[in-house]
Formats: sequence, structure tokens, C-alpha cells
Amino acid sequence: MKSEKPLIAGAITMVAVAGLLLVAIPYIQLKDVGPPEGLHPYTAAQQRGRDEYISQGCMYCHSQQPRDRRQAPDGERGWGRPSVAGDYYYDKPHLLGTMRTGPDLLNIGARQPSADWQLGHLFQPRAYVPGSIMPPYAFLFDVKDRAEPGERVVALPPSAVPAGKVVVAQPRALDLAAYLLSLDRTYPILKSERP
Amino acid sequence: MATLILLSAFMISIVALLFFIIAMTKGWLDPGGRGAYVIFARDEVGRVEDPAATPQERNALQEESGKVPATDEAALEARADADRSTSTVTFVFLGCAVVWLVAGSLAGLTASLKMHWPDWLGAYEWLTFGRIRTLHLNIVAYGWTPMAGLGVAIWLLPRLLKTRLVGGNFALLGAILWNAGLIAGLGAIAVGFSDGMEWLEMPWQVDLLLVAGGALIAIPLILTLRARQAEHIYVSVWYMGAALFWFPVLYLVGNLPGVHFGVQQAATNWWFGHNVLGLFYTPIALGTIYYFLPKVLGTPVRSYALSMLGFWTLAFFYGQVGAHHLIGGPVPSWLITLSTVQSMMMIIPVLAFSVNMYLTMKGRMRALLHSPTLRFVAFGGLAYMASSVQGSFEALRSVNTITHFTQYTVGHAHLGMYAFIAMALFGGIYFIMPRVMGREWPYPRLILAHFWLAVIGVSIYFVSLTIGGWLQGLAMLDAARPFMDSVTVTLPYLKARSVGGLLMTLGHFVFGAHFIAMVLGLGPARESPPVFRDLDAGHA
Repeated sequence: MKSEKPLIAGAITMVAVAGLLLVAIPYIQLKDVGPPEGLHPYTAAQQRGRDEYISQGCMYCHSQQPRDRRQAPDGERGWGRPSVAGDYYYDKPHLLGTMRTGPDLLNIGARQPSADWQLGHLFQPRAYVPGSIMPPYAFLFDVKDRAEPGERVVALPPSAVPAGKVVVAQPRALDLAAYLLSLDRTYPILKSERP
Repeated sequence: MATLILLSAFMISIVALLFFIIAMTKGWLDPGGRGAYVIFARDEVGRVEDPAATPQERNALQEESGKVPATDEAALEARADADRSTSTVTFVFLGCAVVWLVAGSLAGLTASLKMHWPDWLGAYEWLTFGRIRTLHLNIVAYGWTPMAGLGVAIWLLPRLLKTRLVGGNFALLGAILWNAGLIAGLGAIAVGFSDGMEWLEMPWQVDLLLVAGGALIAIPLILTLRARQAEHIYVSVWYMGAALFWFPVLYLVGNLPGVHFGVQQAATNWWFGHNVLGLFYTPIALGTIYYFLPKVLGTPVRSYALSMLGFWTLAFFYGQVGAHHLIGGPVPSWLITLSTVQSMMMIIPVLAFSVNMYLTMKGRMRALLHSPTLRFVAFGGLAYMASSVQGSFEALRSVNTITHFTQYTVGHAHLGMYAFIAMALFGGIYFIMPRVMGREWPYPRLILAHFWLAVIGVSIYFVSLTIGGWLQGLAMLDAARPFMDSVTVTLPYLKARSVGGLLMTLGHFVFGAHFIAMVLGLGPARESPPVFRDLDAGHA
């Protein structure tokens, strides 16, 4: 080609077509999807916990999108029904995830509703799940001789606590646990809400 | 409505494809059939060029090519002048690239080791897997790859357009903004400020610096294009020019704050995530190969029309494949179908490229023995074919059901970003730096060491994660097996991946040390610059 004009025109067209198909049309199609009846907005603590989830990069190993049983046995594993667009109404940014180094977490709050378990598991995953390769988040906790009034002492298996010490959760660990416990999309959805 | 969108997208694809095939056979894409000759001066075809080769290698390379043609001194002087005009700018970009490469490798290796030693360095928050993995991605995706790719592109443009670089200072300013933004963004991720989306983690305040930097770097492209002396715009300029235009658009749309929501944001996320690969890194690396492979061999690419077909089909199909990252997810099903089909259509540009390169190299394979540049570039081309074809099949629902959410995808990503793109750029840098510094690489053996460490390293990396990821996927699909089975089955493969990553990192240390030795003038100076140029001009 002798002229740069076809290049410029073509480059603009190509990226515009792609943007139209993958950004603009889904935007139009999905912008009116409302929240299902059973879904509640995050509380302040849950939202702070969600930010902590992002800050620690949890989404690089945990998806939040159970698949249909016709494709994969996500339901049999207790991960929940296939999710729909409305389930993510309050999610900014989205945390759908692309890896399952660990299990899907969209319904972890329903599957594992114990705050003690969540906190202890964050402190040392291998104290609860032998062979787990999840990083320990001990830096979200303080190991002390005794807890101050108002501090949350984490109930841990004795082997995970240094002798004579107690483990207390920092506020951000409590927020993170609150977010994990809020992950519960087990409410029913209408057939019309399926994609 | 969904059916309508799908149907029209496919109709446009088919019609466009037919048009290109007709255009190719009729010769509309390359009127006169001289396009491929732009990279040579008059009577220069047949003369090999590889500044990274030793004099012995260069003689052997020339012997493979046969005749030593006469030299058009004026054209060579003009080209040397074009090279001189870019040396400072290119040096800055490539210097930054090498620093980021070493830093990115160390971050990647740390993340890899942490996957099988989860408690190692567990007390350091900024080194936790979720952050160091993200630092690795951002360093290689926004540090090493663009700095190397843009450095190569800026060096090539004046050569291809047969003029001096115009507006190089804009690119320097752009590089400063870009690197400043990247450092700020990496700091933000390390302390836990992240936008939370893969490939788009850096906070939007930082993104502005990268968009502005990218736009500034594109200015010399436009100015140099307008000052061109070349009659024909070579296909490498097409690829690289389009990439420079596409990146700021993609990055801006992907990062728009306050617009995207929920599932729609996921679609945009992967529209960006796959396009930054397909419409930025890939075209820059392909432009690199389209120049250096024929240039080293001293022979034009076999079919210039095929290269144009490859360009336009890549531009069309690649832009629409992103939603294959969401197969099985809560997104509209027409979106998945569209991306799956267009992923398969990507076989067309890949074949156009691969067949073309094969035909160009046919009968000249022995040149691989003599040219360090060609070894890297040809390996990159081969890996492009492998990773792209693999990617097409990975987008099929039946395959994706097994590989999605597993290490298999990570292996695939490194086949593309490393075995293809990084290797092609290494080749370009080995060719360019002697021109920039006016001095040969001091230790040719280190180039060989780098090549084999990289090749063996990435092979171990890819094979182990491909097998491990597949087994992981099968374990997850079997409801009778506990989830932990899918974790334990990957462990030996994750360890093997660390070994592969270690070899790659060692290769980068070799490369970095060699780069520093060259810049500082250490090591034996085997030829003084004038001799160097004479030799290259065929008087050896």
C-alpha cells in the first residue's frame, strides 16, 4: 500500500466493531438487569472485606461463578446453582475469576457459615485443610500474650497457636470474614433471569 | 436480537474473508508485487544481515545465501543515517525493557515457588501470592514487553520509511511518563491498592499516565510516516502502527471509571485482556518477525499479499475473541458463541503467517546455524503458530470445560507471551543493539547460552503446566473425587514449572549482564565500528 489512509480507517473500524460487540451491546443488553429478590447490598463491613479480598488478590485463585451441571459438577461440590447476571448487581468491580486453584467462593458463606472457621483458616489454611496450598494470612492477625477487651480471639486448633499465646483478628481480617460469610446466592431465581 | 447480532457478525466475517481472498488472487493487496522488496536497497537482495553474528558466522550465512551482490553505497548510507537518528530513543526503551525483564522474572519465580511452598516468605504481606503474581504480570505486561516492543518499533520505523526519526523527543517524554506510571502502579499493587480486574489492576489515576505516555510514543510514528521517503509502507509498519493506535483506545475503554458494571464489566475486562495481547503485543511481535526474518536471510517474504491478508484477518477476528474467557459464566450465550467462532477463525491469519514464513525460509534452514537473530525470531514465529492454534481449540466448549480455571491456561499464556512474543523481541534486540552502540556483542557465547536457557526453560514450563493443568481439570470434573485431588495432582507439575521458570530467569540474567557489558564497553572489542560497517557492506 502506498497510502496510510486504508490503515488508519481499517484500524479504527476493526477496534470499533470489536468494541461494539463485546462492550457496547452487552452494556445495552444488561444495563436493566435488576437484583434478584433475595440479594442484599453489602454492608459497610462486608464492602470493606470485599476490598480486602481484592487487595490480597484472592480472585486469582478463586472464581465466583458456579457453572451449569450440564457442563461441570459445580453444584455437586456444593458450590451452588449456576449464577445469573443479577447475582452480581452490587459487585463493583466484578470478581468472576479465571482460576480454581482453590474452590469457587460465590456461596462460601452458605457452605461454611462459621466465622471461627473462616478466621482460623485465613490464619493458617493447613491447620484446617491438610495439603492446601493457600497462602497464610497471618499478617491480618496479631499473636499476643493476652487479648485486650473488645478484641476478637480466634479459636484455633492448638497446634496452630504458639504456646502461651493468643491470636486476635485485626479489623481487616474481621471485615474479610464478614465478606466471605456474606457470599450466599442460594436464594431462588426466576426462569426469566437465566441468561 | 441475539441471533441477529450473531448472524450479522458471521455474515460480515464470511463476506470480508471472500473479499480478501479475491483481492489476494487478483493482486489488489500488492499492486506491482514490489511491497516485499521495500526492506532492501537496490540490488541488495541476496545480501544477509545480522549484526549479532560473529564475522565467521556472517561469512557462513552469506555463503548459504550464495552470491554477494554489488552495494548501493548511497542507500546504505541513508539507512545508517536512519539508524543513527533512533539510537538514543531506542537505547532508552531497550534499557528499561531489560531492567523490567529481570525484575519481572524474579517476581514470577517467587510466585511460582510460593505455589508449592505456600508458607515460604508468608509473613511479608507485599510478597503474598495474590500480590507478587500480580506484580509479575504487570511488570512483564506493562514493563518488559511494551518497552522492548516499542523500542524495536521505533528503531524499525525510520529504516522502513527510509527517513530519519521525526519527533523522537516525544517518545522519550512518553517513556518517562510510562515508566513513572508503571512504578507508581506497581507500588500501589504491592501495598494493596488494586482495581481488582486482571490486566487492569493499576489504579485509574496511574492509568492516565500510561495512556498519555502511549499517545506521546505514537507521535513520532505519525510524524515519521508523514516524512517518509519510501514509496511503499511495509507490512511491519502496518502491524506496529495499528498496535500503537489500538493500545491507548483499548486501555482507555477498559479502564473507564464508573461506567462498567457486574457481568458487563467482566465482558469488557476480557475484551481488553485478550485484545492487549491480540491487538498490541502480537502485532508488534509479528511486525518484528516480518522484518528481521527476511532481512537476516537477504530474501523478501515469499508472498506479500498473504502477509496483508494475515494483517486484516488478525485485526478483524482477534478483536472479538475475548469472551472465550467466560465460557460457562453468567454472560449472554450469544457472546460466548461469537467469541468461540472468531477464536476458530483466528486459524486463518495464523496459517497465512506461518505458511508465508515457512516458504520464505524453505531451503535456507541452515541459516539458523549461523544467525543468532534468526534463531530467536524463527522460534518466536513457530511458537506463534503453536500458541494461536492451541488457543483456538481451547476456546471450544468441550476443551474449555476441562482447561478453564486450571494451570493449563497459564501454560498457554506463557507459550504466547514468552515463547512467541518475548523470543521474537529478543531476536530484534540482538540485531539492533550493535547498530545502536556501534559495537558488537562482546561475548557471542552468552547469546547462545541465553537462547538455550530460554528454550529449555519455557519448554519445561509449558509441558509441565499443560499436563498438570489437564489433570487438574479432569480431577475437578469428576464429582466423585474430592476437590483436594485437583490440588495435589498439580504439585509435581508446579515444581517442574519452577525449574523451567528458574532456567528462564537465569537466561535473563545472562542477557542482562551481556547487555550491561555491551553498554559499558566491557569485554573484548572484536571490531572497531568502521570495520564493522564495511564488513556488513559485504567487503569481508
